[in-house]
Amino acid sequence: MYTKKNVVAMLLAGGQGSRLYALTKNVAKPAVPYGGKYRLIDFPLSNCTNSGIDTVGVLTQYQPLVLNEYIGNGQPWDLDKMNGGVHVLPPYESQAGASWYEGTANAIYQNMNFIRRYDPEYVVVLGGDHIYKMDYSKMVDFHIANDADCTISVIDVPLAEASRFGIMICDEQNKVIDFVEKPKEPKSTLASMGIYVFSWKKLEKYLIENENDANAKRDRGEKWSKDFGKDIITSMLRDKQRLFAYEFEGYWKDVGTLDSLWEANMDLLSPSVPLDLYDPSWKIYSRSNYMPPQYIGSNARVENSMIAEGSSVDGSVDFSILFDGVTVEEGATVDYSIVMPGTVIKSGAVVEYSIVGSDCVIEGGVHIGKSPEQVENRDDWGIAVVGHNVTVSGGKSVEPKQIIGENI
Amino acid sequence: MSSVNYNVLGLIFASMHDSYVSELTKQRTMGSIPFGGRYRLIDFPLSNFVNSGITEVGVITKSNYGSLLDHLGSGRDWDLARKKGGMHLLPPYSQTGGIYKGRLDALSNMWGFVEHSKAQYVILSNCDVVTTIDFNPVLRQHQETGADITLIYKKSHYDCEKDKCSTILEFGDDNTINDVLVAPQISGECNQWLDMLIINKDFLRKIVFDASSRNLYSFTREILQNKNSEYKIMGYEHKDFFVRIDSKDNYYHANMMLLDTETRNSLFKKNMPVFTKVGDNAPALYGLESNIKNSLIADGCIVEGTVENSIIFRGVKIGKDTVVKDSIIMQGTKIGNNCSISSVIMDKNVEVSDEGVLTGTKNCPFYVDKNSKI
Repeated sequence: MYTKKNVVAMLLAGGQGSRLYALTKNVAKPAVPYGGKYRLIDFPLSNCTNSGIDTVGVLTQYQPLVLNEYIGNGQPWDLDKMNGGVHVLPPYESQAGASWYEGTANAIYQNMNFIRRYDPEYVVVLGGDHIYKMDYSKMVDFHIANDADCTISVIDVPLAEASRFGIMICDEQNKVIDFVEKPKEPKSTLASMGIYVFSWKKLEKYLIENENDANAKRDRGEKWSKDFGKDIITSMLRDKQRLFAYEFEGYWKDVGTLDSLWEANMDLLSPSVPLDLYDPSWKIYSRSNYMPPQYIGSNARVENSMIAEGSSVDGSVDFSILFDGVTVEEGATVDYSIVMPGTVIKSGAVVEYSIVGSDCVIEGGVHIGKSPEQVENRDDWGIAVVGHNVTVSGGKSVEPKQIIGENI
Repeated sequence: MSSVNYNVLGLIFASMHDSYVSELTKQRTMGSIPFGGRYRLIDFPLSNFVNSGITEVGVITKSNYGSLLDHLGSGRDWDLARKKGGMHLLPPYSQTGGIYKGRLDALSNMWGFVEHSKAQYVILSNCDVVTTIDFNPVLRQHQETGADITLIYKKSHYDCEKDKCSTILEFGDDNTINDVLVAPQISGECNQWLDMLIINKDFLRKIVFDASSRNLYSFTREILQNKNSEYKIMGYEHKDFFVRIDSKDNYYHANMMLLDTETRNSLFKKNMPVFTKVGDNAPALYGLESNIKNSLIADGCIVEGTVENSIIFRGVKIGKDTVVKDSIIMQGTKIGNNCSISSVIMDKNVEVSDEGVLTGTKNCPFYVDKNSKI
């Protein structure tokens, strides 16, 4: 039996995150570690719980093992419910045949029956790769107050960066007049955050229409797509539906690239960045791994860093994020870096301006990354990356911008 | 054998020896005393059971158990919120009225729970001994020797001046226990009982009912001391680290022992995680001028000052230019700027304002009550 839910959330978690290269070789992007003990998906899941949304469908496709295991029954986010709760929704085979998700709109289209069970008034569509704390219930209220068909959450970005985003052009009442994906000459600085509230009946209608249209185009050999931004929003605008932009103020970070993932982690060390993970009224939940407290040894030097449980530090750690179970031996140095769970940095190793994946071994004498000052041409600088389960043996070095996915 | 062993029932006495650490049990019971930066003492016996595949566990409470109930909840964080077995809280009451007097009395009162279990063996454990142990080899030895009772002990140094509630076991020629001494006036290497034992359920039923009919309640006195020639009581030697919490000072030293890497490795084994209530705290954050040496620090802490030789529990804040040395700072305590804290046990949610100075000694640490404002 299913009882009616006013709001159901659908979380798009199938993305490969190809620009995170070695870090997403075996895991879907929403399962990428962040902030010492989290994975990216903890943010939208915790936001749902904190916003009072207790029914969440998570659409998975690319490398789902780690993500499925991590979500489990949803208990860490309080989403293990008799009625509702979190449900992982992978692509499936039906009488009509099996089909992968062919775009974000198609992924929801294929799971309309999941949504219909709860007979919701509103559907919130979320991505799994952004860092932010947001009360979705306020956005739903805004949607209702405007009698909207679709509400898109937007954030004001610097004009110089606007061409990287989907840009909304709005009137004075925040009604969306136009939407342009990555415009060369942006007419507005309101960027879509990839968070939508739809009135379900409207969304249902447009999902079916888009599916049929796209399939017809495909049959005719024309270009087709089944995406939210490109297709659903565009069609709704064309039909003069009521689309509104909900302006979000606060920290929001897209972690689509290695550089932005590194920056988003470093942001946690900056007191001026408004992302408070220590606020008990809006906790970000994660799956615990039951490790003892971290041990900081007698030879350690630890400053301006974030360190998680189970770590053991006897070396120098500055401006860095260490995940759970990381070891930094005496005489090892970690500066301006992110070190993911279970990795060992041995005595004599230097890791700076880097991301080191989980369960790596960085042996003595290894040098990973360089500071921007050490690089002659600024364009040659970028963070160095070591993928998961990689051993970097003594004497080797990893240069800025270099990405290592195998043992060296 | 499967990974879950339904043939053993675990019983934990959560309130044994509360009076030995009266400061810490003012508002709680032995099992809910905070330990090691993020644990409560009951986490150790509970995790021992779970890691040994014993998933049917009774927790016998006595007094002041509000914080214990809060900590345990449904038992979910220990994976003990189960349909088959799982954790059961057994509230105290005595058939003769009032609260039970000893282990036999307690067992007789909650016998229905034990009887209902399908398990053939029962393991009893207290909360005041901290150790990590796999009960499977104990069970095997118990079955092989055909003992009535197998007591788990460790050969270690005993000092009658310091160890106030130790029980010492002496063995006869046939390796059975022929003498049991409670806090004897001796010192040196002894077989110290860890207050853990395995017993056949049928045998336990017999002695519990027999004791009840004679109005006897002390397991140690009536069974281990008075009946050791009649019953086959054997010992199982535990080789790993253990520590007993039997005074405020011992509590302090037991925590400080965790600063030793070997001790930590013995208590926190890779395949035997110690489970505890999940706090959902962010990782610890260290400020620009933080300086940390030889300390255990839990999640959710924000440290801007200096911390040396200390155990810092979850969600503690330590301000700028503050020095915390040789101290135990419990969950949620906030220490302001420019403070000096040395050899102090600071209970939960204490607030120390700027410039605060508190000093104890390592032999007699200064204790600050829960929720104090200084």
